[in-house]
Amino acid sequence: MKIPSPLSNDSLTPSGVDDKDRGGRHYTGTLVRSLRTSVPVFPFLVYITLGLLVPTLVIINLAFRSDSGKLTLSNIHTILRGGAYLTGFENSVKLALAVSIIPAILGTLLAYAIAQSRFEFLKRLVATASGVLANFGGVNLAFMFVASFGANSLVTIWLSRIGLNPWEHGFDLYKLWGVAFVYCYFQVPLMVLVITPALNGLRPAWREAAENLGASRWQYWRHVGVPVLMPSVLGSTFLLFGSGLSAYATAEALTGGTVAITPIQIGAYLQGNVISGEEHIGYALGFGMIVLMLVSIIGYVLLRSRSSKWLQ
Amino acid sequence: MASVVTDNIVDFELPMVPLNLAKRRRIRWGRGLILWLAAAYFIIPIYAALKFSLQNINGSFSLSPIAAIPSQPGLAAAFFLSMRLAFVTLAIVLFLMVPTMIYVHMKMPRFRRFMEVVTILPIVIPPIVLILGVLEAAPLWLKASPYLLALVYVVLAMPFVYRSLDSGLGALDVKTLVEAARSLGAGWISTIWRVLVPNLRSALLSATVLTLALVLGEFTMASLDLWETLPVWIVDFDQTNAHISTAVAMLSLLGTWALLTLIVSIDRSHSRRRRRNDV
Repeated sequence: MKIPSPLSNDSLTPSGVDDKDRGGRHYTGTLVRSLRTSVPVFPFLVYITLGLLVPTLVIINLAFRSDSGKLTLSNIHTILRGGAYLTGFENSVKLALAVSIIPAILGTLLAYAIAQSRFEFLKRLVATASGVLANFGGVNLAFMFVASFGANSLVTIWLSRIGLNPWEHGFDLYKLWGVAFVYCYFQVPLMVLVITPALNGLRPAWREAAENLGASRWQYWRHVGVPVLMPSVLGSTFLLFGSGLSAYATAEALTGGTVAITPIQIGAYLQGNVISGEEHIGYALGFGMIVLMLVSIIGYVLLRSRSSKWLQ
Repeated sequence: MASVVTDNIVDFELPMVPLNLAKRRRIRWGRGLILWLAAAYFIIPIYAALKFSLQNINGSFSLSPIAAIPSQPGLAAAFFLSMRLAFVTLAIVLFLMVPTMIYVHMKMPRFRRFMEVVTILPIVIPPIVLILGVLEAAPLWLKASPYLLALVYVVLAMPFVYRSLDSGLGALDVKTLVEAARSLGAGWISTIWRVLVPNLRSALLSATVLTLALVLGEFTMASLDLWETLPVWIVDFDQTNAHISTAVAMLSLLGTWALLTLIVSIDRSHSRRRRRNDV
C-alpha cells in the first residue's frame, strides 16, 4: 500500500498562486518548517515502523527465500498451484465475509438498542462486556460452544425437545459455518465497540429538527441517519472482515485444525507439521494474507468513496 | 450477573413517558427482542461452561473446583505476568499516543487520516503473521524478555486507543483550551496534564479498559512467544484438569468484566460528585 508521507500531508505552504512566485529557497524553507512541525509525531512513526512495518517486511522477505536463503519464487508457486492452500484462502475469504457482514448488521442494531436506553448501568455493563468479549477467544470460547451447541449439549437438547434439533437440519459446529457461528461471539461485541461512538454522534437535535420539518421516520433515516452513519458502518465492517480473516486460536481449538483456512495452515507450519523442504510455505502464506488484506483495503477505500457519492 | 441484565431489560419495557404511547411501545418491542436474543446468545455458553466445570461425574454440583483454584501450580505466576504485561502495555501506549494525538489534533489535522489507516492495520494483519515477523526481527536480548509481548501489545492496542482518543478529542475544542492554558502561563506538560487529561477522562478510561481487556485475553502471540500468561496457562492446564481450567477461564472472563465495570462506575460517580461540587 502506498502510505502517504506525513511531510506532504502537513505542508505549511499556503495553497494557491503564491507558491509559484516563490523561489526554490522558499521550498526548502517550507520543507524544513514542515519537518520541524512533524517532529512530535516521530516517536509514533518510529514505533509503527519497528512494531508493524519491519515484521511485515521480514515476512515478505522470507516468503521469497528458499531453505538455503536464496531468492526464489517456488514458495509462491506452490501456493498458487492449487490444492489445499488455495482452498484455504477461498474458505478464509468466505468465512471473513460472513462474519463481517452479519455481525455488522446485528452489532449495529444491538448498539443502537443500547444507545437509546435510559439505563446508564446497562450501557456501562454492555460497554465493558463488549470490550472483554471482543478480545475473548481460543480454547475457552470453543469449549463454551461445545458445551452449549455440541451434538448432545445443553441448547441442542432444549431445541430437540421442541423438535428443532439444529444438527438434524444441517448445522455442524465443527465445519466452516459452525466456526462462523462461534466467531459471532467476538465479532458482534467488536462491532458494538467500534460503532457506538458513531451512534452517540447522532445528535438528538438532528432528529428533532427533522421531525419539526415534518420528516417521517423513514425520511429521517434515509436523509440524515444513514448518510451520517454509513462511513463508520463501512469502516467497522471492514475492520470486522480483517478480524475474521485473521482469527486463529478459536477455529484451531474448535475443529482441532481440520477446517481448511489459512491461519490454521500457518499455525500448522509454526507447530512443525510440515512436509520437509516446505518450511518457507508458512511465510508465503503469511505474505498471501498480507496481499489479501491490501487488496481489501483498496476495495474498502473504493467502496467508501462510491458510497459517499451514492448518498449525496 | 445474568439477573442484573435481565432486570434492566424488564425495566426497559415500562414506559415512563406517556407521550406517544403506542409508537413508543412498538419500538421497544423490537428493542427488547434484540436485547433478549443477544443476552441469550452471550450468556448461555457461559452458563453451559460454568455448569460443566461445577458438575461432578455423578451429576451433583459442588464449588470444589473453584475452591481448588488458588492452589494450582503456576497459576499465580501466570496471573502476575498477565498483570505486569497489562500495566506496562497501558503505560507505554498512553504515553506514546496521548501527546501525539493532542499534537496531531492541534497542528497536523491531515495527519489524522494517515493515523486512521495505520491504526487499522494491527487488527487486519493477522496476529499469527505479525508475531512470526516480530520473532524473526527482534534482537535476542529482547526475545528473552516477556516485555517483548508488551511492546507488541502496544501495537495491537493502538486501533482501540486511537479511536477512543480521536472521538474524545473531537468533542473538545483543543486549540482554545491549549491557547487559554498557554496564555495563562502554563507549560506544555502542565497544559496536557492539568487541562487536557481531565477533559479527556472518559476517552482515556475507555482506552484503558480496552487495552486491559486485550492484554488479559490475548492468547495466540503469548503462546507462540512461549510465555505462560493467564490465557496460556488455562489452555495448558486444560489437559491436567478440564474442570478447574474451565472454572478459571469463566472466572477470569467474568472477573475482568466486573473489574472493568467497577473502574468505569467509580469514575462515573466521581465525576458526578465533582460536578455537583462545582455548582
